[in-house]
Amino acid sequence: MEEVNALLQGFNVALSPFNLLLMFVGVTLGIIIGVLPGLGGANGVAILLPLTFSMAQQPGGTTSAIILLSCIYWGALFGGAITSILFNIPGEPWSVATTFDGHPMAQQGRAGNALTAAFTSSFVGALIAVIMITFLSPVVAGFALRFGPPEFFSVYLLTFCAFVGMAGGNAAKTVASMMIGFALAAVGLDSVTGTLRLTFGTTVLLKGFDFLIAVIGLFGIGEILETLEEGLAFKGAKARMNAKVVLETWKELPRYWATSLRSAAVGCFMGIVPGGATPASFMSYGLARRFSKDGKDFGNGKIEGVVAPETAAHAAGTSALLPMITLGVPGSPTAAVLLGGLLIWGLQPGPLLFVEKPEFVWGLIASMYLGNIVGLIVVLTCVPLLASILRIPFSIIAPVIIVICAIGAFTVHNSMFDVYLMVVFGVIGYAFKKLRYPLAPLVLALVLGDRAEENFRNAIKGSQGDLLVFFSNALVGSLTGLALVLLFWPLISAGWRAVAGKR
Amino acid sequence: MEGERSAASVKAVEIGVAALVFLFGAVVVFDSIRIGARWGEDGPQPGYFPFYVGLSICVASVTILVRALRNPALAAKSFVSRESLKKILTVLVPTVVYVALIKYLGFYVASTLYIAYFMWALGRYPWIKIVPVAAGVSVVFFLIFEVWFLVPLPKGPLEAALGLN
Repeated sequence: MEEVNALLQGFNVALSPFNLLLMFVGVTLGIIIGVLPGLGGANGVAILLPLTFSMAQQPGGTTSAIILLSCIYWGALFGGAITSILFNIPGEPWSVATTFDGHPMAQQGRAGNALTAAFTSSFVGALIAVIMITFLSPVVAGFALRFGPPEFFSVYLLTFCAFVGMAGGNAAKTVASMMIGFALAAVGLDSVTGTLRLTFGTTVLLKGFDFLIAVIGLFGIGEILETLEEGLAFKGAKARMNAKVVLETWKELPRYWATSLRSAAVGCFMGIVPGGATPASFMSYGLARRFSKDGKDFGNGKIEGVVAPETAAHAAGTSALLPMITLGVPGSPTAAVLLGGLLIWGLQPGPLLFVEKPEFVWGLIASMYLGNIVGLIVVLTCVPLLASILRIPFSIIAPVIIVICAIGAFTVHNSMFDVYLMVVFGVIGYAFKKLRYPLAPLVLALVLGDRAEENFRNAIKGSQGDLLVFFSNALVGSLTGLALVLLFWPLISAGWRAVAGKR
Repeated sequence: MEGERSAASVKAVEIGVAALVFLFGAVVVFDSIRIGARWGEDGPQPGYFPFYVGLSICVASVTILVRALRNPALAAKSFVSRESLKKILTVLVPTVVYVALIKYLGFYVASTLYIAYFMWALGRYPWIKIVPVAAGVSVVFFLIFEVWFLVPLPKGPLEAALGLN
């Protein structure tokens, strides 16, 4: 029970009054960010990341900084449910499935029940995922300690191939978007040889592209432009939340324990795979409909139809942090931004973190438990207040959000060029979103590009350029093999269907 | 949207974006070859990894391009209606002007003007509401960033005149 001891020490770190205060601030900010259009988990954390630079330099400050940022993430996950249910606007792709039954419930005047169900199942999903992280992450990290460059590269390869194989949609667009991310990551000074790459003699490109700027532009400005087109007015249902509604819903919820457990399992598993939260929410919604006695009522305001996707999405969003802290491979764009934060603070995400900075890792894990409890309390008590934020007219809130994005982009390097770049990324984000190029692979590739390339180089340097190094032992061979299967999955399944169809 | 005139079809935009992506990939490939994309004396040359990245971009964009050309349904679909495009430009153009102005006017003055413009152009608010909201937001930001978080943002002539630098 080593983990329990380590976790208790983590609670010791996380329960300091300052860190508790940061949790409340983080969760509240996160919920507001999740509710506002144009601000989501990824770019909300990206904008606030520069504010933690000075905090992280104090002793123990990195733990406080990660607690603040990860709580923003939990808050944003909770906040997404509010817009989905009350306004039928999914704040994040994984809350789309929540609108199916959540919004009909709100229209029938049961918004309070839907919200309580959503928040409670989010909490349950996250809790199960955190328990899994507590016990699984030391194992995974211990296993990964033996990894060398070929293994790390094959893990990255697996991550990126999973996007192509799992995401569905247009595989060529996933590849294009991902490779653009890698190319942007390569811009600037090459750390190994000192060569300037893709700078074309300019000095502004010397530093390369910062992923924070890309995230703020792609998700922030891009989303504002998209929202603008869809219409300016938010027409929302009223939410009546009081202790009676909450208790009434809580009495009903235990009936759906099977749905909860199933969805949490789907979420935990899919969350480890990058880009897994969205398919996890849809998958568990579909499973709940199939297994439910009155599956045909789904879509007309069944509380179970809220429980399933919310549990899965929150479980997946939480377990996305497992590969981030153990392998240095983030499972979602927001996890990628958090990982970028660790790098900026001077921490090396990966298995060594558990050995070198146990107080950081276990402080973070303990804060996941506490942060979600804080989150549940805040959302249950503040819904009317939060919904009123959405009633602020778009013509006021939109410029304010763009100003916030500009401030966020500027403060990363105190450079105006970054602000211009943010606008460019915004236009790219808008076009890509409308043409269904996925943005998450681009961001992940931009964050991981340098590390992936470094491991690739070291691996093939060791083997004198022989690419078979990625099949040199059972571990790396099976990782690479699995990656290739996932990469060609669209082709394999198409071929399978063609063969099966002929018969 | 039906009944609205389209400014561009999905097909046209799809092809345009794919061509731009291809161009980007080609630039990456050429620059990688310039700095060396082969096996050097002691390991891969700096362009080795980006070369294949660029190549994948080119292959992917050609695939997207060919698919778009072969799909007649895309030509009928509207990427953006004229009304929407107009709306987007009324936001995008001022945003470009706004970020350009920051250098000369400073963050706070430029932001005030930007929020004011937005409220005037999109919200049709009277000036009596616009001025206090726009100025108030900037003052709040000033307090948060300059006073509370001690993050200095670019300042212009107004702050200099007020002695706030």
